[in-house]
Amino acid sequence: MAQATFKIWRGDRTGGHFTDYTTEITDGMVVLDAIHHIQAQQANDLAVRWNCKAGKCGSCSAEINGMPKLMCMTRLNTLPLDQPITVQPMKTFPLLKDLVTDVSWNFEVKKKIKKFKPRKPDASDGTWRMQQSDVDRVQEFRKCIECFLCQDVCHVLRDHHMHAEFIGPRFLVYAAALEMHPLDTEDRLEDLRKTDGIGLCNITKCCTKVCPESITITDNAIIPLKERVVDRFFDPLGRLFRVFRPK
Amino acid sequence: MSSIDVPLERGRFGQTARRDFWWVQPLLTFLGLGTFIVYSTWAAFQGDHYRFGPYLSPFYSPEIFSLTGEDSWFGQFPDWMPYFVTGAMLILWAPGGFRFTCYYYRGAYYKAFWADPPSCTVGEPRKKYLGERSFPLIIQNIHRYFLYLALVFLVLLSHDVWKALWFDNTFGIGVGTLVLLANVILLSGYTLGCHSLRHLVGGMFDRLAQRPVRKTAYDCVSCLNRRHMIWAWCSLFSVGFSDLYIRMCSMGIWTDWRIL
Repeated sequence: MAQATFKIWRGDRTGGHFTDYTTEITDGMVVLDAIHHIQAQQANDLAVRWNCKAGKCGSCSAEINGMPKLMCMTRLNTLPLDQPITVQPMKTFPLLKDLVTDVSWNFEVKKKIKKFKPRKPDASDGTWRMQQSDVDRVQEFRKCIECFLCQDVCHVLRDHHMHAEFIGPRFLVYAAALEMHPLDTEDRLEDLRKTDGIGLCNITKCCTKVCPESITITDNAIIPLKERVVDRFFDPLGRLFRVFRPK
Repeated sequence: MSSIDVPLERGRFGQTARRDFWWVQPLLTFLGLGTFIVYSTWAAFQGDHYRFGPYLSPFYSPEIFSLTGEDSWFGQFPDWMPYFVTGAMLILWAPGGFRFTCYYYRGAYYKAFWADPPSCTVGEPRKKYLGERSFPLIIQNIHRYFLYLALVFLVLLSHDVWKALWFDNTFGIGVGTLVLLANVILLSGYTLGCHSLRHLVGGMFDRLAQRPVRKTAYDCVSCLNRRHMIWAWCSLFSVGFSDLYIRMCSMGIWTDWRIL
């Protein structure tokens, strides 16, 4: 039976190191399967967060050979097995133990984004009417599984640690889903510019590259939001035009 | 915003656990954009060999002033203009500004020329980061104004293709005509797929179904926008090649074959 070596980060907030584990592999295995083998046979105290094993819960995020990926969706036959496979925790968030990080910052950020505020119901029974084509655009953003790989890869958070000034791609997608919703009436542009730090994004598209749900984060969420911010704050001619535009 | 109470480790410049050839893409971007910038700057300083028969180089179109005063909008260069100024210098800032502030190019040259970051999950050389929310990069928000100019240039370059169909008042098609036509098609694909245009034609509205014309325009721009990177590179190459082709023909190095 074939074997592969995994270089896994072991440690906690005080420090750590990579440890090599060699385990047997079979066809169709993903990285999470191998991690479970190692946990069962060689390192019972190895901490790893996982749940669905189907790429839908967003729990098993890690960095495999340096790229943020879901361990359950990374097949071993897509990796070079002639060298050890590096598996380490997400760098952008504080380490708890081994491959598990504390992602609670994300949930605090989410609470601060203005909630969905629908317009008055369209019908007397308290319901609304929407066109499918209007909902299609925001439907893409609802595929997000909150794995936070996009937050992990974003250099504003990862390298510059601007967690206090930038909400990151995941929450720009969340804000876009609310802001572009055909029923929503809330105004988040001021927040996006000032407190959410949309101007800090310099469009590297790394978030789009690592998204396991293939959400076109940069082109469909962040840039349209940037354009709406430009409308409000950086386009004097556009504002003048809108003053005279028939309502 | 909530801050993280645990200090995170900052990587060194170039530090990464990636095993792939992550440096290839920024290197190709650096070489591609660098070559174009060097060539276009050199061509803009020449002030010569930008016309051949009915063809006019896109670097020099529209021709606002010319040395002889023929075919230009306002005749000869005025006396007060410095001697080194060429027709290209008077106009290239507009399409150049459009590309410089383009959302695709921004992401590409921040990586290739400024290593901000060099590539995804690769350590950066600087600790300080301002992004596009303060000077100087806040100026990138001017992109839509350059878009308006780029749309005017599309019309002007299309007119140049029309003029390239007439050889001494006789209809004809040369290889140069096809080169200029391909250039306009590629530039159209790039310009009409612009993110700002996508926003302006319909993206700014949450409910597009009630606006069928805008919905159609939004869908068309979105279609082009999905391949914006490809259009950006192909049109960049075609602009440079169009100038090179006309320059080579004008210098007598290449022959312009007539098809019709």
